[in-house]
Amino acid sequence: MTTDAAGTIIRRGMVITGIALAALACVYGLALFASPTERSQGLAQKILYIHPSAAWASLMAFGIVGITSLGYLLMRDRRLDTFSEASAEVGLAFGVAMLTTGPMWGRPVWGAWWQWEPRLTLTLLLVLLFVGYQALRTAIDDPEERARFSAVVGIMALVLVPFVHLSVYMFRTIHPQPVFLKPSAPSMPWEMTRTLLFSMAAYTLLYVGFVTMRYGIGKRREEQSA
Amino acid sequence: MSPFRATLAIAAKDIRVELASRTAIATAVTFAVLVLVIFNFARDPAEVSLAILAPSVLWVTSAFAGIVTLNRSFAMERERGAMDGLLLAPVSRSAIYFGKYIANMAFVLVVNAVLLPLFILFFNVSLTGALGWIALLLLLATAGYVAIGTMLAAMTVRTRFSELMLPVLLLSFVVPPVLVGVQATTRLLGGRPLSEIVGWVRFLIVYDIVFLVLSWLLFPATMDE
Repeated sequence: MTTDAAGTIIRRGMVITGIALAALACVYGLALFASPTERSQGLAQKILYIHPSAAWASLMAFGIVGITSLGYLLMRDRRLDTFSEASAEVGLAFGVAMLTTGPMWGRPVWGAWWQWEPRLTLTLLLVLLFVGYQALRTAIDDPEERARFSAVVGIMALVLVPFVHLSVYMFRTIHPQPVFLKPSAPSMPWEMTRTLLFSMAAYTLLYVGFVTMRYGIGKRREEQSA
Repeated sequence: MSPFRATLAIAAKDIRVELASRTAIATAVTFAVLVLVIFNFARDPAEVSLAILAPSVLWVTSAFAGIVTLNRSFAMERERGAMDGLLLAPVSRSAIYFGKYIANMAFVLVVNAVLLPLFILFFNVSLTGALGWIALLLLLATAGYVAIGTMLAAMTVRTRFSELMLPVLLLSFVVPPVLVGVQATTRLLGGRPLSEIVGWVRFLIVYDIVFLVLSWLLFPATMDE
């Protein structure tokens, strides 16, 4: 087939994912061999090159779902729904990576697998809400109705974020404060900062690759059902 | 018909149907009492006193009973094919939303009004002076998540596993008001000064306004065609 648009998108996504995975291999090389080991946390600190990046990719994915969902309701362009679906699913994958790596660090450093503090609670609720989002999608047959209903949930999720954060913040917080994205200079050695930034870039690229592939798959499914 | 009259007419219709059958409220109240009973036995009396558990029990029971009530919100329209009639009626989507919202609020508040005395009775709490504030907190908290639930129920009623879909989507939104409600209630029951709960009350008011407006704006998207 020469005019297989979905296939072209999927192949493009695979190329981007390939580059991202190569970058990720470099990140882990840097993390293990070219970044200092933190004195009090020891090797557990190496999570810094996985966990915040996965969290970033996941929250970015969910944020984009909110925006493309709003776009869908305003413009009713089917492609925006296909994109929302792709981004929500990829965000869920990164979300699971974030929620599984977090406790591995929390256990040795906090002495507890889990803490009910703002960031943990917020991300857990968002991941659960997007599991609900996926469940809702599978429970509706009509594609137009599915697009509208899931767009509503996508927008609602985005608005829920500040409320969960603020309410649990008023409750308590023990999560490490941002060490990089904050007003003053980064409170980390440059070798660590460099690896973290590189890791975040690699995860962002991985997101782009995954979403492109998933979008292509969504396109193909539409073609087949049409 | 003016939008205001249409809103009231839709709310009155739901309330009349409920008064005729009393299914939703009776079921939700029974459910709430059963949850209270389970909570009482789901603790070691020697370890956890009723007073410590009381605020959580009140709020969790209230939220669960609210969701059970909301699940019925659009079920009648679906079961008897009345949704088309409602949509064909010469009333705006906003009138349908606010009519449904008022009716749902009425049901949930009745359930809460039955729940609160039973809670005081079963859990042996003395609310001297705090009763009015706790009632206000319950009103503010339910006003927010019922606004969201009314909009979500309009969608979930048309999906498979609708009775399960509503709680799965709604419970994430119920977390902030329940968290705030438990914190404020604990302080009130502990005899803390009112100044300590002002921040929580303000939070609930902002939550209510934001989600009522958002749900109202999104509601037409759940009703197309």
